[in-house]
Amino acid sequence: MAAVVVDNAPIIDLHDVVKQYGSGESAIFALDGVSLAIYPGEYVAIMGASGSGKSTLMNVIGALDIPSSGEYYLDGIDMASLDENQLAIVRGRKIGFIFQSFNLIPRTSALANVELPLAYQGIKIKERRIRALKALDLVGLSDRLTHEPTELSGGQQQRVAVARALVTKPALLLADEPTGALDSKSTADLLDLFDLVNAAGRTVVLITHEADVADRAKRTIRMRDGKIIEDTAKVLA
Amino acid sequence: MNFFEMVRFAVRGLVANRLRSALTTLGILIGVGSVIILVAVGNGSSKQIQDNIAKLGTNTITVMRGGGGFGARAQSRNTQGKPLTVGDAVQLSDKKSAPNVKQAAPVSNATSVCTNGSSSTTPASFIGTWPSYFEAKNTKVVKGTYFTNDDVTEGRRVAVIGKTTASDLFGEENPIGKVMRCGGIPFSIVGLTETAGSNGFLDGDSLIISPITAVQRALTGYGNISSIVVQAKSAKVQDQAQIEIESILDKSHGISNVNSRDYRLLNQASLLATTTSTTKVFTVLLGAVAAISLLVGGIGITNIMLVTVVERTREIGIRKAIGARRRAILGQFLIEATILSLVGGILGVLVGFIGSNFMIVGVKPVIVPSSVFLAFGVSVFIGLFFGGYPASRAASLRPIEALRYE
Ligand SMILES: Nc1ncnc2c1ncn2[C@@H]1O[C@H](COP(=O)(O)OP(=O)(O)OP(=O)(O)O)[C@@H](O)[C@H]1O
Ligand SMILES: [Mg+2]
Repeated sequence: MAAVVVDNAPIIDLHDVVKQYGSGESAIFALDGVSLAIYPGEYVAIMGASGSGKSTLMNVIGALDIPSSGEYYLDGIDMASLDENQLAIVRGRKIGFIFQSFNLIPRTSALANVELPLAYQGIKIKERRIRALKALDLVGLSDRLTHEPTELSGGQQQRVAVARALVTKPALLLADEPTGALDSKSTADLLDLFDLVNAAGRTVVLITHEADVADRAKRTIRMRDGKIIEDTAKVLA
Repeated sequence: MNFFEMVRFAVRGLVANRLRSALTTLGILIGVGSVIILVAVGNGSSKQIQDNIAKLGTNTITVMRGGGGFGARAQSRNTQGKPLTVGDAVQLSDKKSAPNVKQAAPVSNATSVCTNGSSSTTPASFIGTWPSYFEAKNTKVVKGTYFTNDDVTEGRRVAVIGKTTASDLFGEENPIGKVMRCGGIPFSIVGLTETAGSNGFLDGDSLIISPITAVQRALTGYGNISSIVVQAKSAKVQDQAQIEIESILDKSHGISNVNSRDYRLLNQASLLATTTSTTKVFTVLLGAVAAISLLVGGIGITNIMLVTVVERTREIGIRKAIGARRRAILGQFLIEATILSLVGGILGVLVGFIGSNFMIVGVKPVIVPSSVFLAFGVSVFIGLFFGGYPASRAASLRPIEALRYE
């Protein structure tokens, strides 16, 4: 087992989490008893074959989905005890989520997309604008503020999505195959960004099929059939 | 997120889906506008009919031959009993026995072809009567003069004619002082009546009015008259006048049982009441047609709203994933629906008001306020309910379910 910063409390703490679809004969266990602890500041890559449960795990961690059984503590909070509203607050403040398919709000400018999570947190318009501009600057899109998603390339869209995930300064950045739809140049740019975010002390968890992407992470978790089969920390030089 | 923010979001959402927003608004606009205009047309035509009836005379009671009631029974009774005579009209004019009657005039209807050289016309009504008829029936002479009581006593063959009759016989020429021949007998024209227009069935200007004595001698003979026109002193005493008429006629016709009267009274008020109730049916019918169009429009709106929310379920998922609470999402969609239906409703009311300024199939529409409120209310309700319901369903989805929605 990896133990990077043991003296800290884990930011993600899963105990025997099960996610079951259907019941009886046809039951599918997308997660089949997953226990996992991830500590603040870690950079974790999750790998595994298609259908092994990676996205399901990520959705549970990101509070988008609720496990069938097991316990999940995020930053020490028992997620099962939160209601719908409190979950929305947690999603807004603690988690930045990046999807493979970008998931920007259609027909809405890049700037408005990035401002959106701040709006839902009730942050004032002025401050919202300043922070969104800063986040877009960080991802190198200061010259594309008024562009709508359809007017941006895939790589640019993903960078807007990253800016949107980072603008709330979340403790946890989750990315489900963020490079799946990008070319090698965009992939490299994005991974540089993740390094930067991680270097700033934020926890990064990403799913990938590509070994060279996983290489950038400090810890790699492998899944098969809803179970974690391997968990290796990179030996630091 | 405060209310103002939600409105901003809603407006942004509407602008982002411009075409659909415009179409929804248009649907509501047409529904609301058509209800207002159609009901206004119904109402306008009923007002028009009422005005026409009012034009026929004020406080007027017409005495006709035949018992009360309708159908075969009344008809068979027509042949019995005493006919109306000029004598009845004289009695009804008596100030002592009928203090509430202002004046009465016998009416004798003739049918005759009138000629002037090679021109000829058959007037829709050829009336022999007394000068009091003009006031009782609100018929005004605009050119020339009325005929006088003297003309009646002397049996002078003079005539007041309507515009249609005048133009049929004399074209553009001034008819006053000219002579026409009716049934071969010459009548000299002394007056031209004010244009009355058509009531849809009869041309009110195809008209000849002459002293009853002249008409009886020349055309109808001295027998029965068709009716007696009685004018009450005012609308207030119309009922008393009616009672006086009845008691006078009952006496002179020797009637002891009210049910076997050989005459009947037709007063303006009851005529107005009947036509009002028929035109009300007309208005209700038009209103029903309009309501159906509003309903169909409403179904259209519902459809668009449903599609909007379904299509945007994924968007709702994204919003939830980045921290939107249920309230924020529901608020945005509800406000979007409200804005759409309010704007559509207001524009519809505007279109209704503007459209009602034009003549529609010959009717000047008159807006019914309740139809405006009803149409507006229904459209807003439809927008809110059918926009709100699917939105609330989508807002309660777990984010992952909404995100996976295809
Ligand atoms: N809503 C659902 N209903 C039923 N089964 C589901 C549902 N969502 C996921 N599954 C099943 O759960 C299993 C894990 O799915 P998951 O999406 O986590 O895989 P994954 O590891 O992300 O795969 P990929 O690399 O292709 O994205 C799969 O077998 C899938 O069929
Ligand atoms: Mg997946």
